[in-house]
Order: sequence, then structure tokens, then C-alpha cells
Amino acid sequence: VNWGQAIADAISLGALYGLVAVGIGLVFGVMRLINFAYGELITAGAYVLAYTSGWPAPLAIITCVVAVVALALAQERIAFRPLRRMGASPAAMLVATFAVSFLLQAIYLLAFGTRGQIVGTLGQLNRAFTVDGVDIRWIALVATITGGVLLLGTGALLNRTTMGLHVRAAAQDFRTARILGVRADRVIGFSFVVAGVLAAAVSVLYTVSNPLVQPQMGVPITIFALVGVVVGGLDRLWSAALGGFAVGFVYGMFGDLLSSQQTVYLPAVVYGSVILVLLLRPAGLFAPFRARQVERV
Amino acid sequence: MRRAVVELGAPVLLVVATVLITGVFSRAHQLEFKNALVMTAIAVALYVFIGNSGVISFGHVSFVAVGIYLGGILTVDPETKTFTMPGLFPSLRHTHISVVASLAFAALAGGLYGLAVGLPLMRLSGLPAGIATFAVLGITADVLYYWQKVGPTAQTLSDIPEAGRWTLGVATIIAIAAAYAYQRSRFGRMLRATREDPAAARAAGISIYRQRLIAFSLSGALAGLAGGLYVHQLGLIAPDLTYLDLTFVTLAMLVFGGVASLWGAVLGALAISALNSFLGDAENTVHIGFRLTLPAGTRLVTIGAVMALVIILRPSGLTGGREFGWRRR
Repeated sequence: VNWGQAIADAISLGALYGLVAVGIGLVFGVMRLINFAYGELITAGAYVLAYTSGWPAPLAIITCVVAVVALALAQERIAFRPLRRMGASPAAMLVATFAVSFLLQAIYLLAFGTRGQIVGTLGQLNRAFTVDGVDIRWIALVATITGGVLLLGTGALLNRTTMGLHVRAAAQDFRTARILGVRADRVIGFSFVVAGVLAAAVSVLYTVSNPLVQPQMGVPITIFALVGVVVGGLDRLWSAALGGFAVGFVYGMFGDLLSSQQTVYLPAVVYGSVILVLLLRPAGLFAPFRARQVERV
Repeated sequence: MRRAVVELGAPVLLVVATVLITGVFSRAHQLEFKNALVMTAIAVALYVFIGNSGVISFGHVSFVAVGIYLGGILTVDPETKTFTMPGLFPSLRHTHISVVASLAFAALAGGLYGLAVGLPLMRLSGLPAGIATFAVLGITADVLYYWQKVGPTAQTLSDIPEAGRWTLGVATIIAIAAAYAYQRSRFGRMLRATREDPAAARAAGISIYRQRLIAFSLSGALAGLAGGLYVHQLGLIAPDLTYLDLTFVTLAMLVFGGVASLWGAVLGALAISALNSFLGDAENTVHIGFRLTLPAGTRLVTIGAVMALVIILRPSGLTGGREFGWRRR
């Protein structure tokens, strides 16, 4: 067993899921909405990369970011804003994000077909370099560093800017924040933009190791990240990120170390532990022990 | 009393009408109508818990799955089972019962599974409840896909006896009647009170946990029954039949019709089924005054768009959460 390589791959996968978890957690913070259609943003970015494979990499990546952010804003503007204005129940909102996810997958299927497209951008990152006899792929390094930088950047954006202050205020108490002059649409739009940028980054990094793009590729990514978010703790971004990282890391380690015969019941074990965490520590594994638990949804 | 006749009569009449129309059509179309009946039964099962409690559950397809596997496998000839599924539990392998008896077992198993899942999970509400029930679905799907003692795993099991349209129709009507009887009972009323205002309901002495558990078990039993119907409508068990797609479609049917009413569940299931069948046909050309041929894949996009639109424009569904009535209240 090549431990060094397995750990490097697992860390980079953890960084990716950490990004997805922050994207989901950010929107949840301000809207109290789990966006099941988040994975479809990643799929959209992957399709953009597949169709711009011949372009210079920076141009392809910029196009990908622009397209994904536009789609994120469209989701918010067309689907979630009207629902929020009507005061729809959380259950209806949740099912609405399901419907948006389903619709986007159907559109991808109609537009791009079932067979899948191949992404060629940044394919050279799959080559490996050697440290002390351990082969590490460049993408593992790039994904870990990019993930870390983006997470720190999001943290800085939230902690050091006025807009970030508004987002944090809205996440604490949306109604009071509005009374104190925080613009609801701007704050929510902003969080969707940041979530969109993170999704685009995930598209770029994910498609290097998994270049085949299919209409449903976003679904398992969303589900795994969501498991991480819930296990880590939804109410804080850093605990959500840590939860996402943990899920990605564990998943990467098992994927590398165990044969497929040994992992058949792995999903059942993972889901079982999710239920245990929800029952025993509803605020999440990484939530501070002293925190008072307030049920908000 | 008159109100009960109207409120229960309308959905039952709709189902009876569907069964009657089914007889008119060719075999291919009969399948679609029968499928609509099964979807109605599943939507009604979902409604009993989600509609009355206001708590979302993504896990009900697990109970449908239990009904599918148990109801299907028990009606297959033991010799065939020894041949196609040698790893099966002996009790499953040797038992051979009629379709109707298998429906009772499916309902019983669904109810017991619902009770077992509900005992720990009904302490949760809101989003954690949604995620936890989803986790139950994930576990069930994973186990059914790999465990050779309980079913055909990744293989497709065919040659399961098919049920006639009246069997499906009558069973669906029984499910509707059970759902209606429950919602009019004191338990149903107590649960609806907890949905409207948990604090006030608790102050009036209602145990939210117990009421939710009762509804979840009943809902599980109805979902198990619906699963039994489903397997005898399809005539086969295929892998991944009972995972995300079925969960999404049946939930969307419920939300489309209106989560908070039985009439909404029935109407939503039949309306979406009808649209689904029509678009499926239109992809292979239909004649509706003129020839209409839609490109392959339009069905899913249209269904998705219609459901998204209804949820966005009218989150309380077509019926607005009201039962059928002549006068607007």
C-alpha cells in the first residue's frame, strides 16, 4: 500500500469537499436553505470546461467561473427569491431545490446527451512528482493549495469586509439584520456569487482527476458534501468546512486503500454514522460544546 | 357526515374512473394507467406523514422498497428462486403465497420498518429530520443492492405475477380510505395541531414524538403496501428502482398537488402521471388533431419545468392544501 500517495489524494479530495461544504453552508447561513441544486452548478462548470478544452487554460477557467456564477444567480433570482418573498415553508423550499436540480439534469441530458464529454483543460496536472520515493500527483498539491487559499479567502471576505459583516449578521438573525439596514437581496445575491465561485473552482479541480462529465455527476458530490456539512455542523462555516473535509478525506482513503469488494457497505456505514451524529450531537461533531442549541428550521 | 362523503368520495371516484378508463386502452397504455394508480398509492402514503406532520421525509421510498422486495419475492415460485437467487434466506426462498396475501405482508413489513426507523428518528424535526430520513434511504438502497440474502441484488428478477387493474385500484382506495380515517381521527387531529403550532400543541398535552411516530408507522405500512402494488404492476424487481428518482418523483407529485391535503396527493399523483405518459408518447409521435413528435429528452425537461414552476408560483400546490369541497371555505 502506498500510504504517501493515498494520504496526498485523500487530503486533496478533502479540500474539494471542504469547498463544496462551504458553498452549501454559506447559502444555508443566510437563507436557511439547503440547495440540492448546488451540484448542478459544478456540473455546469464541468460542461463549460469540456467545451472550452481547446482554449488556453486561464481563458477556459475564467469562462467557467463566469458561467457558473451566472447560473448561481439565475437559480437565486428565478427560483428561490420568489419562494422566499412568498414565505414558503422550509419543506416547500427544499423540494423546490430538488426540482431545480432535477430540471437542470434534464436540460443537461437533452443538450449534451448521456454519453458524457471529456475535459482536457489542465490534464497535465495528472503527472506526478517524487518526494522521498513517494509519487504525488501535481493535482493533489494544486487542489490542496487552491482549496486552502479559497477557504481562507472566503473567511477573510466574511470577516474583513462590510458585505461580509452583513452576511454574518443575516446568518445570525435575518429579520433583525434587515431592520438594521442590511439589504436582503444584496446579501443573498452576494452569498450566491461566492458559492458560485467556489463551485466553479470545484469544477476545475474535480475534472482534472475525473475528466468524464455526465448530466448526473453533481448528485453524489452534493450528497457527500451535505453529509459532511451536517456531520460537521451547519451553523458555522468552519465546522461545515471541516465536516466536508473529513468526509472527502475518509472517502479518499477508503477508495485508495480498500478494494471495491470491501467497500460495498461503506455507504451504509457512512449514512448510519450520520444518523448517530444527528441523534447524539444535532449541532454537529465540531460544534463547540458550550453552544446553546437553538432549533431554527 | 356529508362533508366526509364528499372529501373521501372525490379522490375515490377519481381512482375508480382511472381504473375504468384503463380497460379501454391497449396493453401498452394500460401499463401507464396502472403505474398512475401505484404512484397515487405512494403519494398517499407520503401524505399521511408529511402532510399531517409538516416534517419532510426523504426516506419513505425505503418502505416502498421493503414492500417491493418482500411482496415480489414471496410470490415467485420456490424452484425459480432456488435457481435465480441461491443465497436467499430459506424462509423467503421456500414461501410461496398469492398476490393479495403478499400485499398484506408488504404492508406489515413496511409498517414495522417505519416503526423501527421512527423510534429513534421522530425525535428530530426540520432539516435534521430530512437528512436523517435521507440517510435511511441511502442505507436501504445500499443493503438491497449488495445483500444476497434478501433479494436479487444487482440482477433483475422478472416473472413476478402481475396484478389486475381492479386489484391495484381497490388497494389504492383502501390506502386512501385509511389515510382519510386517520386524518379525521383524534390522532390525526393532534398531529395536525403540532404542525400548526408545536408549542401550543405541547401545552395542550400532546406528545409530538408519539403522534409523529404513529403517523410515521401508518405511513410506512401504506408505503409498504404501495411497494407491493408496484412490484406486481411492474412484474419485476430491478436494481436502483427505489432510490433518488422515485423519491423525487413521488415527493414532487405530493408537492404539486398540495402537501397538506389528501385530495392534493391523489390529484398531484394522477396529474403528473398523466403528463408523464403523454409526453412519453409524444416522444414517439402522437395524434392530437395534428402529428406531434417531441425530441427525446423533452419529457424530463417538461416535467422538471412544470414541477419547478408550480412549486415556485404556488408553493401550497394545486389544491392549496384544501380537501375537495363544493364551497370555498
